[in-house]
Amino acid sequence: MKQVKKLGGALAFFLATSGTAFATTDLSMWYHGAGNETEKAIIDTIVSDFNSSQSDWAVKIESFPQESYNDSVTAAALAGNLPDILDVDGPVMPNWAWSGYLQPLPIDESEFADFLPGTKGIYDGKLYSIGLWDAAIALYARQSTMDELGLRVPTLEKPWSTDEFNAALKAAKDSGKFDYALDLGMAWKGEWYPYAFSPFIQSFGGDIVDRSTYKTAEGVLNGDAAVAFGEWWQSLFTNEYVQATQDGADRDSGFIEGKYAFAWNGNWAATATLDGGVDDVLFLPAPDLGNGPKIGAASWQFGVSASSKNPDGAAAFIKHATQDKYLAAFSDGIGLIPSTPAAAAMTEKYKEGGVLSGFFALSNEQGMVRPVSPGYVVAAKSFEKALADIANGADVSEALDAAVDEIDTDIENNKGYGH
Amino acid sequence: MSTSIKRGNVAGWLMAGPAFFLICLFLILPFFMAIWFSFTDQRLISPNEPEFVGTRNYERLFGMSLLTLDAQTDESGAVKMKDGEPVYPRLRSYTRDKDTYPEYFRKRQWFTIDRSDNRRTFVLASDIVFLKAVKNTLMFVAIVAPVQSGLALLLALLINQKVRGINIFRTIYFMPVVISMVVVSMLWRFIYDGQNGLLNNILGFLSFGYLEPVNWLGNTATALPSIMAMSIWQGVGFFMIIWLSGLQTIPPTLYEASRIEGASGWQTFRYVTWPGLRNTAILVMIVITMQAFTLYPQIAVMTSGGPLDSTQSIVFQMVERGYEKQDISGGSTISVFLFLFVLTISLLQGFLTRKKS
Repeated sequence: MKQVKKLGGALAFFLATSGTAFATTDLSMWYHGAGNETEKAIIDTIVSDFNSSQSDWAVKIESFPQESYNDSVTAAALAGNLPDILDVDGPVMPNWAWSGYLQPLPIDESEFADFLPGTKGIYDGKLYSIGLWDAAIALYARQSTMDELGLRVPTLEKPWSTDEFNAALKAAKDSGKFDYALDLGMAWKGEWYPYAFSPFIQSFGGDIVDRSTYKTAEGVLNGDAAVAFGEWWQSLFTNEYVQATQDGADRDSGFIEGKYAFAWNGNWAATATLDGGVDDVLFLPAPDLGNGPKIGAASWQFGVSASSKNPDGAAAFIKHATQDKYLAAFSDGIGLIPSTPAAAAMTEKYKEGGVLSGFFALSNEQGMVRPVSPGYVVAAKSFEKALADIANGADVSEALDAAVDEIDTDIENNKGYGH
Repeated sequence: MSTSIKRGNVAGWLMAGPAFFLICLFLILPFFMAIWFSFTDQRLISPNEPEFVGTRNYERLFGMSLLTLDAQTDESGAVKMKDGEPVYPRLRSYTRDKDTYPEYFRKRQWFTIDRSDNRRTFVLASDIVFLKAVKNTLMFVAIVAPVQSGLALLLALLINQKVRGINIFRTIYFMPVVISMVVVSMLWRFIYDGQNGLLNNILGFLSFGYLEPVNWLGNTATALPSIMAMSIWQGVGFFMIIWLSGLQTIPPTLYEASRIEGASGWQTFRYVTWPGLRNTAILVMIVITMQAFTLYPQIAVMTSGGPLDSTQSIVFQMVERGYEKQDISGGSTISVFLFLFVLTISLLQGFLTRKKS
């Protein structure tokens, strides 16, 4: 009897669920965060909240590991199997928009008026993607180190100048207390280089490509400002302030263990640093290397695929997901900077006076998006190679010229990337 | 009779069909597509329609020019010197001026030849990175192929004995082969770590701290040799097994005869073992050479071609361009070059090792 009851219950449940499925339209969604339990829990909550809040749409989420996410999207696009909702890394978005993977968001931009500038994926004058969070980089330091070395604590209003920054590195090295003065994260390859280091060249007055036309890098990546940056960059290594090859473990825990006086790292490492026992950690703003202080902006964002048959549903989901409570949940869960001031106020660490509230201001005031061009994907590679080569002792001007030639050839091959 | 053969053929084709279809789809078709792509500007993803561009991709890969310059002189006509070397004009003024010097445009210095009387010839090439990749790959093949096959033969001779527990040694030598190259590369990255890697610790311990830690993978002089050493270790067991199978086909009667004749150990190897391994040797050489030319996972995991291009390889560049930089035509061009190159060398090896009648 019990068995029969169970069976009947299962049948009723099945009928009920399949009954609702007839009335709703399925929306497929891909996400890059497989492997992170906390992240998965949050995004799953958002999806189930959305599915139970209305009966028109049912989002089905599929997660991928970040390393292979972009490859999966490319493969799916070639096969014509893109999901309705995609998440996309900010600097890659123009490439996907140009290639026809994404359609402009069918949501009015005014909906996101109070979002941080770096969270809005705007290409060709249209909003293609919107981020639930941003990331920011700061110069990690200890108050005790600053006092010991007699250094002024830089502020957003009055950041370090090039000379002050160099002097701080020299003081740290001369103190003999550290393996290296500065940890730049040389162990992290790939997108880290343009994300973390292109703001330096921009602060010198150069850039990866000429943003006025997006047709060449000539004179921008190898002009006087860029060469000055290159010489400075190389001096970090010849002066032994920074190591050219770094162990991944040192990157993760070197600053906490006191191997480095300063670390150039993102907000995502802040919690681990605080938990690691660095109570007097300071998150200093980027130095002003001549052309204003800069840090990279734009992280992962949501967009709607061009082939989606239900852009309305996708838009409804994105509107649902960008509510302040979810921005705050992501921030509390995995330490990201919430996209709006209202959401920031709801979080533990980013609210006014919170331990990480400085990052919100950094992102808002110093953040600068990477070149908004479909050609960025290749330009980033060339930039990374040039910086690695210069760090390893290559001739500065030659390395930058080589990167410019590669970028320009690629732009020509692509007939200007539609600019 | 003929009907039974026909029927047999139909059944045979049906059975071979699926495999044949898949081979066509995934090997033969891409092979011809690569040749076609190398003459177009095909991209991995692009809204632009691909166009036929002739031999442009090949010109970009192999383009070279010579530029002979005189050393700079000061007002009095004396040659300017710096660090005991005459000073030459900067190449930049020639290679970045499309209108005046189109033949040098976007080329970089590969190497220089000093002529007499303060003249120097600069050899400029369009794609230095590719040329370095070719050079590194050739070095890799030239060292790995003989050393790996020699070591494998030595190991095979050692374990081709009837000693108790010999299977343990066979297993130990063969073990690295069954581990994926990617995993092996990851592990060796820790062994080679510049500060507290296993290798540096052992060397420091053995020399009582006299040897300074070496940054094996971060140094242009040691990066490629380090990868070679690891690759030889990883693959040697596989070729050991092939040699071993060759050794075991040599009839024991030959050894008995040579022993009766009073041959020394070396003479037995030289006149019995080695001639008996002839066909095995040809196989091992050809397979090792072909494998060494496809040097890729070690590079991708351990160095990404750095530092300063000292570990670039042909296949790494192929993937880097075709996939990472979304330039399928560029990657295809390299793969066509690699195919022709390996084919030539294999044919050459076949010719040199042919049976002389």
